[in-house]
Amino acid sequence: MKKTVFLGALTVAGLAAGASAAATLDDVKARGKLNCGVTTGLVGFAAPDANGVWEGFDVAVCRAVAAAVLSDANAVEFVPTTGKTRFTALASGEIDMLARNTTWTFSRDTDLKFDFVGVNYYDGQGFLVPKSLGVSSAKELDGATVCIQTGTTTELNLADFFRANNISYEPVPIETNAEGQQQYLAGACDTYTTDASGLASTRAAFESPTDHVILPEIISKEPLGPLVRHGDNDWADIVRWTFYALVAAEEMGITSANIGELSAAAGDNPEINRILGTEGDLGAMIGLDNEWAKRAIAASGNYGEIFEKNIGEKTPIGLARGLNAQWTQGGIMYAPPFR
Amino acid sequence: MTTMTDPPKASFQLSMLIYDTRYRSYTFQFIALMLLLLLLGYLGANLVSNLAAQGQNISFGFLSDPAGYDINQRPIEYDSQSSHMRASVVGVINTLIVAVLGCATATLFGVTAGILRLSPNWLVRKLMAVYVEAFRNVPVLIWILIIATIMTASMPSPNQFRGDNADASMLLDAFAFTNRGVYVPAPVWGAGSLVVVLTFLASIAGVFYYRRYATKLLYDTGRLLPMGWPSLVILFVPTILIFFVLGQPITLDYPALKGFNFDGGLHIRGSLIALWFALAIYTGAFIAENVRAGIQAVSKGQTEAAASLGLRPKRIMNLVILPQALRVIIPPLISQYLNLTKNSSLAIAVGYMDVTGTLGGITLNQTGRAIECVLMLMLFYLTISLAISAVMNVYNNTIKLKER
Repeated sequence: MKKTVFLGALTVAGLAAGASAAATLDDVKARGKLNCGVTTGLVGFAAPDANGVWEGFDVAVCRAVAAAVLSDANAVEFVPTTGKTRFTALASGEIDMLARNTTWTFSRDTDLKFDFVGVNYYDGQGFLVPKSLGVSSAKELDGATVCIQTGTTTELNLADFFRANNISYEPVPIETNAEGQQQYLAGACDTYTTDASGLASTRAAFESPTDHVILPEIISKEPLGPLVRHGDNDWADIVRWTFYALVAAEEMGITSANIGELSAAAGDNPEINRILGTEGDLGAMIGLDNEWAKRAIAASGNYGEIFEKNIGEKTPIGLARGLNAQWTQGGIMYAPPFR
Repeated sequence: MTTMTDPPKASFQLSMLIYDTRYRSYTFQFIALMLLLLLLGYLGANLVSNLAAQGQNISFGFLSDPAGYDINQRPIEYDSQSSHMRASVVGVINTLIVAVLGCATATLFGVTAGILRLSPNWLVRKLMAVYVEAFRNVPVLIWILIIATIMTASMPSPNQFRGDNADASMLLDAFAFTNRGVYVPAPVWGAGSLVVVLTFLASIAGVFYYRRYATKLLYDTGRLLPMGWPSLVILFVPTILIFFVLGQPITLDYPALKGFNFDGGLHIRGSLIALWFALAIYTGAFIAENVRAGIQAVSKGQTEAAASLGLRPKRIMNLVILPQALRVIIPPLISQYLNLTKNSSLAIAVGYMDVTGTLGGITLNQTGRAIECVLMLMLFYLTISLAISAVMNVYNNTIKLKER
């Protein structure tokens, strides 16, 4: 009898643990901090600055969500993850969301049981080579030694690309971006391949960036975006719409400069009013208060501001908007309507 | 009083399980076993139910899917369309390669350093002490990284071999030391090479036969035949003769610059060298201590007795000291071999594709089947460790003290 009671108690405890894991929003509120998975350090996307404060394009998404949920953009615990540890960290509940230039793929969305909430950077895989190598196209890389981060989609794209073009290569698997940079600069590999944005970011950190070029071939589609665990749709909605609020804000012309003025009272544009909570009650629909989006945008500006500040053309990384411009300006950044 | 010495056998009562010292220990062991099984059962059930709550299950079906990634060091045929299972096997073989190379080299380093630590020469003795203390007390991961960094930073890249006024040149036009590894000539097995190999194997058997014959002759008649040069003659002369008689069937394929890299020859990658060398030199330091301890365990009287019989120092070491020292050396040596094999899982630090890199790294990552992959990894390392123990224990049994 006692054994049965013991087992029963264990079962209940197990179920309770399972049930509590489902309500991520409550967990985050109770903890008072958002656990956000980022890279171990990729300048422009997520890296600590000289004072140890994390900043970057992906970090801004974490801060926006923290601002929306906890009313404090700094209430974020940044958890550095590698290409190998990121999914385990998310699946096990160690982090509440992952914003770590992670490619949205079918199997990650379905088989690994994650939900990608959107795409914050449309990317593609490219090759970085020294100018002195005299190569102008990736198809001339027959027999080359290629440095590649292990545990990423780029590894599979690389195999596909070389197989499709019937040329050979020698892969040198590496664990982190820093290691890849070291091997590449030492000449232990002829070319370094990863997402083109990552290459631009890596090259910006070189002593003489102009001695290196990114080859014109983009060999894959890499839609990078934040993701959450599958199964907690309420939490997924919060992260998704917080991100889209940033995108919509750029489209509507809400910036960190004018947000105070626009949110002071209801204006002429009803969608701006709904986003900023001066009209309707969108916040209640996702379990937050009405000023959630206002706080998210105020945290580090709208999507365009975040882009320009961290990875835009005026930064050392120098990425053009390209595909990541608003749909009204020739890109494919497109937020669904807020209504 | 007589009834006290012969208790009734039939009356077994349940309370005796606790109060009778004959049964009590079994009772408690049984209870402990049950509790342990219960705990394991709970952990297993907990795992399965939590996986089910996340909508996942345990399945090994992914092993037959195409892996989709490439591996640089392929001892068996493999391409990106091969299955995950085959990728794991490539990893297993790569692990075994570095383990075997590492164990052999570590033994060489260890035995040499261990004997030299007891050298009468002060400088040699102290140098070996520095080697043992320096390598034993720094984590092996650091040594792997140091050697890998030295390899990539100080060796020339293949590009520097190019042109008439190249910065670097090949050794004897046959060996190229680059920061991507070492290129050495590889043998090409032509027709008739099998005969040469068989001759060589027969020669090895011949050497053993000659040595046994010489020993027997020594014991029977007291005549001492020379050992050194006849062994060498038996080993090499027939093979070399056959090699030229058959018209040199085995040729060498020399590495040459082609495209971005050296082509041809055998490519020993920098990652393998770093891992192999670091593991060997690290474990060698431990083995050196085992060897020193083993030799010092043989009492000094043995040396003195052997010397008074007129044996020279080299023979004292080989015939008297080492056979007795081996009994002390072998058991800890087994665990050093196991350590080396398990430490080889640090391979990913330098991008060597061992089984932790393929099955436990890329496959795990691309399929997301963490539990299955880790279970298989554990099973592999357990199997290989038990196999090494089994083989070494057989050897240990042949040399250990025979008590008659």
